[in-house]
Amino acid sequence: MKNPPTTRKIKVLVAKIGLDGHDRGAKVIARALRDAGFEVVYTGLRQTVDQVVSAAIQEDVDIIGINQHEGSHIYVAKKLIERLREVGAEDIPVVMGGSIPILDIESLKSIGVKEVFLPGTPISEIIAKLKDLASMKVK
Amino acid sequence: MKREDIVNFIERAERGDKRALGRLLSVLEDLSLETAWIVEYLASKSGRAHIIGITGIPGSGKSTLISRIIKALRGKGYSVAVVSIDPTSPYSSGSILGDRLRMQEHATDPGVFIRSVTTKGLFGGLSLAALAIIEAFDAMGYDKVIVETVGVGQGETDIMHVADTIVVITMPGAGDDIQALKAGVLEIGDIYVVNKSDKPEASKTYEYMLFVAEKGEVGRGGGWNPIVVKTSATLGLGIRELTEALDKHLSYLIESGEKEKRLVSRRAHMIKLIALKILLESLNSVVEIESSNIMEAVKSMKGFYEEALRIAMLSGKRISDLISI
Repeated sequence: MKNPPTTRKIKVLVAKIGLDGHDRGAKVIARALRDAGFEVVYTGLRQTVDQVVSAAIQEDVDIIGINQHEGSHIYVAKKLIERLREVGAEDIPVVMGGSIPILDIESLKSIGVKEVFLPGTPISEIIAKLKDLASMKVK
Repeated sequence: MKREDIVNFIERAERGDKRALGRLLSVLEDLSLETAWIVEYLASKSGRAHIIGITGIPGSGKSTLISRIIKALRGKGYSVAVVSIDPTSPYSSGSILGDRLRMQEHATDPGVFIRSVTTKGLFGGLSLAALAIIEAFDAMGYDKVIVETVGVGQGETDIMHVADTIVVITMPGAGDDIQALKAGVLEIGDIYVVNKSDKPEASKTYEYMLFVAEKGEVGRGGGWNPIVVKTSATLGLGIRELTEALDKHLSYLIESGEKEKRLVSRRAHMIKLIALKILLESLNSVVEIESSNIMEAVKSMKGFYEEALRIAMLSGKRISDLISI
């Protein structure tokens, strides 16, 4: 018998870290990814970095997507990537989106964030980039 | 994935490495004939956990209640694993796994492991992936394995073959006494929970459930009379009564020998699903190749069906040892 084609979907964690309560954007993305055939683990609002990392490990997600609006994106990215490294999960790519100044993109990328999606990014572009990231990840 | 990578995941997971366990569960989600040996191995280590199935209509508060149950069980010193099943969209085949959202307070607890899986379009509510994951949690030594079903409604009775204890959650306003008398998911509980008991009609619903439970019209028979508990997951009411009922049911299972019978039933069900998966995959590939000519397709499908059946029976035979614990 031939090996059946793998049925595994791209699994993405969508979370917001900290006290910001604006989750409309995160929900829109979650829904759009679902419609594009992704498995979306939605942890919702007010997560800590540790909660996000634990969830990513237990769910074995392919990508972590963080949505930030209140200006803490650089701090959050540093903490998150540091924690992923501590637990040996630095191979899970992190992407960010939300109200992020264009000037901060370079800093975020130098910290290790793989993609930054600013407001107005077409959903189709987000989907295409996430698919690229997932295919590059060693399974 | 290579066999030695999988062995590596298993060994690390057995030493408590959660990352390795997470990866192993992904391998199990994609279980194929080539990886069926993992289930064999896990089954040689499992059989001790208390498998608790939680079912009920969507919106009855399953996830919130589970979060409360986890807290109570952790308080008693048990380690807890959760398999949470969410539906796959029939349109995009994508899904939103949102049950975790209500249990995230336990995410960083080292004695808790929560994994979400999708139905992947399988009937009956429980996929092979879910069953294999239950086997893994059991093998890794989790004391309690909670299975949260997708909550599709009255036909979702697969959980019956899998769980040691079935908790059926209903809520005020979910229907009258005729609903309570109907066949289906309401019939299969060992414990009935009337959640949202802070709502006005709760005592009416509670009395209906008590009535049918005491009359022996629901439940799985044997020497067990279903217990009915009132809870409010958001307010945290009735949780102690519920965990006491869980303990009581487990004692009954062990004393009556029913626990062992249910383990046999769980594994038999898993083997059936492995065989079915192999068959379906074989058939699908034939249908895709041959769909231009219906008569040819039917002919080659017949040959393929026989071949698939042979393979399924072989794999079934190989793991049939699992049935006799």
